[in-house]
Amino acid sequence: MKVEQISIFIENKSGRLAEVTTILGFAGVNIRALSLADTSDFGILRLIVNDRDKAIAALKAKGFTVNKTEVVAVEVPDQPGGLASILHVLDKDSINVEYMYAFVERRGSNAVIIFRFDETDRAIKALSAKGFNMLDGERLYGM
Amino acid sequence: MANYFNEEFETLPRIALEALQLKRLKATLDRVYNNVPFYRKSIDSVSMTPESVTSLSDLQRLPFTTKQDMRDSYPYALFAAPMEEIVRIHASSGTTGKPTVVGYTKRDIDNWADLMARTLVTAGAHKGDIIHNAYGYGLFTGGLGVHNGAERLGASVIPISGGNTARQLMIMQDFGSTVITCTPSYALFMAEEARAEGLDIKSFKLRVGIFGAEPWSEAMRGEIEAKLNLTALDIYGLSEIMGPGVAQECFEGKCGLHIWEDHFIPEIINPVTCEVLPEGEKGELVITTITKQGIPLIRYRTRDITSITYEPCVCGRTHARISRLSGRSDDMLIIRGVNVFPSQIESILVRIEGVEPHYLLIVDRKDNLDTLQIQVEVDERIFSDEIKVLQSLARQIEKEIKDMLGVTCNVKLVEPKTIQRSEGKAKRVIDNRKL
Repeated sequence: MKVEQISIFIENKSGRLAEVTTILGFAGVNIRALSLADTSDFGILRLIVNDRDKAIAALKAKGFTVNKTEVVAVEVPDQPGGLASILHVLDKDSINVEYMYAFVERRGSNAVIIFRFDETDRAIKALSAKGFNMLDGERLYGM
Repeated sequence: MANYFNEEFETLPRIALEALQLKRLKATLDRVYNNVPFYRKSIDSVSMTPESVTSLSDLQRLPFTTKQDMRDSYPYALFAAPMEEIVRIHASSGTTGKPTVVGYTKRDIDNWADLMARTLVTAGAHKGDIIHNAYGYGLFTGGLGVHNGAERLGASVIPISGGNTARQLMIMQDFGSTVITCTPSYALFMAEEARAEGLDIKSFKLRVGIFGAEPWSEAMRGEIEAKLNLTALDIYGLSEIMGPGVAQECFEGKCGLHIWEDHFIPEIINPVTCEVLPEGEKGELVITTITKQGIPLIRYRTRDITSITYEPCVCGRTHARISRLSGRSDDMLIIRGVNVFPSQIESILVRIEGVEPHYLLIVDRKDNLDTLQIQVEVDERIFSDEIKVLQSLARQIEKEIKDMLGVTCNVKLVEPKTIQRSEGKAKRVIDNRKL
């Protein structure tokens, strides 16, 4: 139930984000979801893409520092209180969220939240027990 | 039992070595007093003559020779032999203005080849080795100096010189190079390029690396040895004194560089007060050449910071050892009154696991206060998808530098390969202060 996200180190200077997306575009990689965390000096761009290996190879060839991380994609109904219902479960079990980001499915009426947990396996267990649906890689990358 | 190139001189008992030094020193003083107006004046200025030197300690009464003296004597005024006897001229890369010029007689070139061959053997090289000499050939003494020594030894030397790293790697692999000579930063650069090209440099035949021409650290040695799968040894030399082959770390002891005392007399001084320091204390290295004919130098201030020991070495050589250079007295940065050598920062960086020594120090002055920024490249081993991990790495480096050196700095993490790589000496410091 884990999915792979790629992260890219980028310096906080103009044009870097454009460069990353251009490289991915030329490589024929499609971005499914993204989040950018930044500090005054640098940022970390996190992406869910349709083809991780191709994306990593293309970025590394251009000298970027890239790594892969396991995250969890949880589906919730796209309605008020959807996200809160997940966070309650996590809170109850004292599971920390390192960071998260969300997108809305193109078809259907669900939102997908990407979570990075400190204890991924325990989080999956807790969410499964409460009946939350977690997407597998194939489904997420191909969305 | 170590291998020697010239066993008699390398293992000469110290009493005999010092007697030889005194004899050669007196001959050198005689030569410069009679042939170089600069030295006649400087020796006269302390009311001495070559004859008044009767022990090695008398040397301490003579004035120093500085880089500025060499510049003022541009190009030939310090030569102690007529031009008809000078067979080679080299020049150091002058960072400001005119270069420093040195001339060699046939005997100087001959001695240099012997000392460099001795240096190679000290590093564990022998006949049959294939020496990949990536020091630059030309006015710089590195390339030709190592080259002549390798030929004198009877090894096979590849005069590849610097530059074109892809070709260097191909030749190193295909020709089966067993010994490499270059700057330590270039060795790491080659390892990086090899990795980028998908070459396994660890499977090459390299056995020994002889690295010098810039200060490096013990931690960097560990990194080079791990990445290139060889024994990395430190070499010391400078064109003013001769070129490469003035001192060399031995393969057996790997602890300090034997300075060839049958040709050079080393002293360590306090760079500020100029007093001679006792054995073991850190200061500026001063060298007197005692066999050179072309341009002998008396008490030349090298600006290199080191210490000296006369303790016996496991290799059996009786020549004193200088410690790994820890910087140059003129590279020394004074940041808010604290003396900082770039090499100190480097050794802290490599000690923090995973951080490669690709760094740049930027010194500036804001509101009358010195600021130090350290740019450090982020590679895959230290990268994380979590901001807090990277930030805590930066804070850790700042803290260690504060604890060890007493200087507050700001660490900026930058993308790989944004810091300029050099194929010669690495540029590690940018000082923007307008003083």
